Amino acid sequence: MRLIFFYLGKLFTIIKNEVLVLPSRVAVGLFFLFMLLLPLFTKDIYLLRIFTLTSIFAIFAASWDLLSGFTGQMNFGHALFFGVGAYGAALLNLHASIPPWASVPLGALCAVLAGLIIGIPCLRLRGTYLALTTLAFPIILTGLIFAFPSFTGGELGISGIVRLTQSRVGDYYTVAVLMLGLCTVMWKITDSNIGIIFHAIREDEVAVRASGVNTTRYKLLAFSLSGFFAGISGGLYAHFMRIAGPSTLDLFLSFSVVIYAIFGGVVTIYGPVGAVFVLFPLLEFLRVVQNYRTLMFAVVVLLILLYMPDGLFAWLRDKIEKECPRCKIRNIATRHTCRVCTAPLD
Amino acid sequence: MNLIINIIIGGLISGSTFALLAIGFSLIFGVARIVNFAHTAFYMLAAYCIYVAAQLMGLHPIWGMLAAIVLVALLGMISYKALINPIREHEGAVLIATIALAMIFQEVMSLIFTGTYLSVPALIGGYFKLLGVKVFYQQLLTFCAALLVMVVLWVLLMKTKLGLAIRSTAQDREVANLMGINEARVAMMTMGLSVGLAAFTGAIVVPLTVLEPQMWGGPLVMMMAVVVLGGLGSIKGSFIAAYILGFAEALVVFLAPMGAYLKGSVALSIMILVLLIRPEGLFGVYFEEER
Repeated sequence: MRLIFFYLGKLFTIIKNEVLVLPSRVAVGLFFLFMLLLPLFTKDIYLLRIFTLTSIFAIFAASWDLLSGFTGQMNFGHALFFGVGAYGAALLNLHASIPPWASVPLGALCAVLAGLIIGIPCLRLRGTYLALTTLAFPIILTGLIFAFPSFTGGELGISGIVRLTQSRVGDYYTVAVLMLGLCTVMWKITDSNIGIIFHAIREDEVAVRASGVNTTRYKLLAFSLSGFFAGISGGLYAHFMRIAGPSTLDLFLSFSVVIYAIFGGVVTIYGPVGAVFVLFPLLEFLRVVQNYRTLMFAVVVLLILLYMPDGLFAWLRDKIEKECPRCKIRNIATRHTCRVCTAPLD
Repeated sequence: MNLIINIIIGGLISGSTFALLAIGFSLIFGVARIVNFAHTAFYMLAAYCIYVAAQLMGLHPIWGMLAAIVLVALLGMISYKALINPIREHEGAVLIATIALAMIFQEVMSLIFTGTYLSVPALIGGYFKLLGVKVFYQQLLTFCAALLVMVVLWVLLMKTKLGLAIRSTAQDREVANLMGINEARVAMMTMGLSVGLAAFTGAIVVPLTVLEPQMWGGPLVMMMAVVVLGGLGSIKGSFIAAYILGFAEALVVFLAPMGAYLKGSVALSIMILVLLIRPEGLFGVYFEEER
């Protein structure tokens, strides 16, 4: 009993001293609560569907950030992983009748394989060359899909896949919990030693190599990790929509994931996730003005970038928090002295 | 025999299109380090300009061509000044800004003209027979005009002061600035030139294809492939790579089963194979990364 109280007290202290002091952490906590409690307040199928799709794309956008934001390997063909994950899960489910809980991870492993296959030629390229080359891969695969319609379903895609779960609420919870979990895992990866090496590769690859790190191995690791998470989102999408079509390899999907990530702020993980939760529902609610929908979406993206080129969430975070000049710990913007070292904040 | 001539014509036409597009794209990339995803969207706008002039206003298409080049080049310079220049230091933001720009153009066009397929009459009608294959005069005209413009561009870049300024800015922006070249103005002029080239391409190609708001996607990818294959910033490379990929496309379309679907795949696979051997492209200079 006393042990339980001890740990409860400890949890309380952590929440009070580590979470409540920073508005960004409070916001993340509230976001977790919101995602988990949403179906208690509304059973609206349409709303749940939007949030399920948003969560799927949030995983996808965060996985782009893991690869392109952190290691700086600009990938403009990220839809490849999504598509391979979706097609892999769909084919496994349809032909081998593997249930979703296994076909989604197996599809993601196919995407890892794809990540390795494209990673190996792409390792020799950098910068703009890499960005423009990766653009080619999903288009090559789309061509193959159209050319062999008997196996891939051609233009219509593969339909008749098993549902993720039996109910919409079940779907929502599966996807939302996976999204929260996987994004935390990605954030943890970027916060670990591996993440520091990823950062360093982006900043100065030659220096990293000079310090005795095998950058090739780490770049391949980034490709496969990112491919895995993107593949999971693709598999979830296939099982949720119950169709895997060529639209999962679309050029526009590759572009939109880049838009999400840079709009929210790269090299953060939370930025792309937040951006998807702003932009995707926005795109849905703009359905009222169907014809102007994409136009308004593009205008919003363009205007926000003009004023906050570092991304929306990076900008917001800088407004509500200040970094202590001495100990580099973040403080709420209303404080005048640092909460740890009491150095004056300007 | 017929097949060979068909392949040669198809390869020459798509090769010249890609070459013009890729050279324009290379120019602005070299000078301002901007990856302009809206490049082919400008090409689409020019095509619509001609449609308006020729079909709706009843003018001769040649006026439409001239108007298209001037208007689209102006639009390109305005959008550069208003949207891209303020965020030029943020590489990622520029990428998205150009994608968003392309989306805006596409949406505006589909609002005005709806998504239906439109067509534009040829500048010169008729055809002649070459060994039993119909060769339309318009095809010949497109090819010759593309070659002519490339020669003019070469003279402009190599023999004039503006060309010298463009080339030196592309080589080293800071030193060029120190030598008294107004770097901002050169970037602006290059943007106009590059978008003007895209508009010209759109103008000469549109009688051979159908018009639709999404027509910028396909050429965009092929243009990127050409630029990467030829080496970024190398105009000679873009020229040669464009014909390589153009002929590859034509060969696949005419020879392989399901060729129309596979043409993009094969051309892009060639690009990747070449990159495996030469990561800097055919004629690119290998930069040790800029630190």
